[in-house]
Amino acid sequence: MTDADSGAAAVGGKADDKSVEIFLGKLLRWGVLLAALVVFVGGVWFLAESYDVPENYRNFRGEPAELRAVSQIAHQAMALRPLGLIQFGLLLLIATPVARVLFSVLGFALERDWMYVLLTLLVLALLVYTLTSGSGV
Amino acid sequence: MRNRELLPLNTLEFTLVVALGSFAAGMLGSLTGLGGGVVIVPLLTLALGVDIRYAIGASLVSVIATSSGAAAAYLREGYSNMRVGMFLEIATTVGAVCGAFLAGYLHTSIIAIVFGVVLLYSAYASTHTLADPPVGMVPDRIATMLRLDGSYPTSDGLKSYHVRHVPLGFGLMYVAGVLSGLLGIGSGAVKVLAMDQAMKIPFKVSTTTSNFMIGVTAAASAGIYLRRGYIDPGLAMPVMLGVLAGALVGAKILPGAKVRTLRIVFGVVIAALAIEMIFQGVRGKL
Repeated sequence: MTDADSGAAAVGGKADDKSVEIFLGKLLRWGVLLAALVVFVGGVWFLAESYDVPENYRNFRGEPAELRAVSQIAHQAMALRPLGLIQFGLLLLIATPVARVLFSVLGFALERDWMYVLLTLLVLALLVYTLTSGSGV
Repeated sequence: MRNRELLPLNTLEFTLVVALGSFAAGMLGSLTGLGGGVVIVPLLTLALGVDIRYAIGASLVSVIATSSGAAAAYLREGYSNMRVGMFLEIATTVGAVCGAFLAGYLHTSIIAIVFGVVLLYSAYASTHTLADPPVGMVPDRIATMLRLDGSYPTSDGLKSYHVRHVPLGFGLMYVAGVLSGLLGIGSGAVKVLAMDQAMKIPFKVSTTTSNFMIGVTAAASAGIYLRRGYIDPGLAMPVMLGVLAGALVGAKILPGAKVRTLRIVFGVVIAALAIEMIFQGVRGKL
């Protein structure tokens, strides 16, 4: 393959990539704003309920089980518990880069670049693993 | 830590202090291009006595917020190289998982000392801009196989470049991932080192690609921190909202800002925080 060939391929790919990327950028921004809104609502509610409790972040206790696992956090948020809402907003935020990786899988599939579909799926699998079973210690 | 007895703050006061500090960190981070994450952990641990594990959890959340929030602006430029980003992301996510696991076993004093050393390097890197190395002109066997070469828009049309030293870049990215998982930072300084200096990727391509990678790496660590109970909603809330608001304001006033002076001031602040982190870590106070 000559340099001219690879250059042309890169230009063609770039043009398609760009419209997808602009759409993706907007999607990510909306995702962040939505996450911030949920965190804000939960935060105001949390402060209204427990504003005068002395803070205690010096002693590490770790969060209770209902604020750790994805399904339990969703459950707490549905039950409109303020801390559950904040945690759910944070989950939405963590989901934004995961969504970008997911869209990249589709992008590479459209380009029929199977090697990169595979590599991107590997990254996606790692992200899903950390959120579902990577509890550690 | 010294203020332990002086600050019996209630939750509302504490939240407002953290939100204001995070706002300043987010604004400085976006103006200097260093990200707000590097100062969140020292701010929370040194000034407010927060346990370093909670501080790292909250910092990771803010790193994701700034990365995804800035993506729209970066993606419009059309500089980022998705293949380079995704290939290196394997190294950084695996590294982040290792770093996050390590954080569960290492003593908090050790984490504080490592944090201080990385902060010192960031302070140094922010004030000493490395010379932009010559863009790779010769094709590299591994880079060609992985189709990593790309092109980017310049004032005189599209310019293509060759990616070099893939294994070295991949290894450095693993280190960046470990540091991100262990310390809750974006590791932007190490990522730029790997892409600019080792892989000879043009500066504009490496910074935009790095922004995307920072979010994915932090998400991998954040998942583990969340499941381990290190992400406290009451603390992460003001940090995330504060850093995000600060970054938005920072991006608005950036065109008129004296970036060079700011970088030096910010560099000095970071260096001072770094020395304090190392000192408190050695004393076993963090």
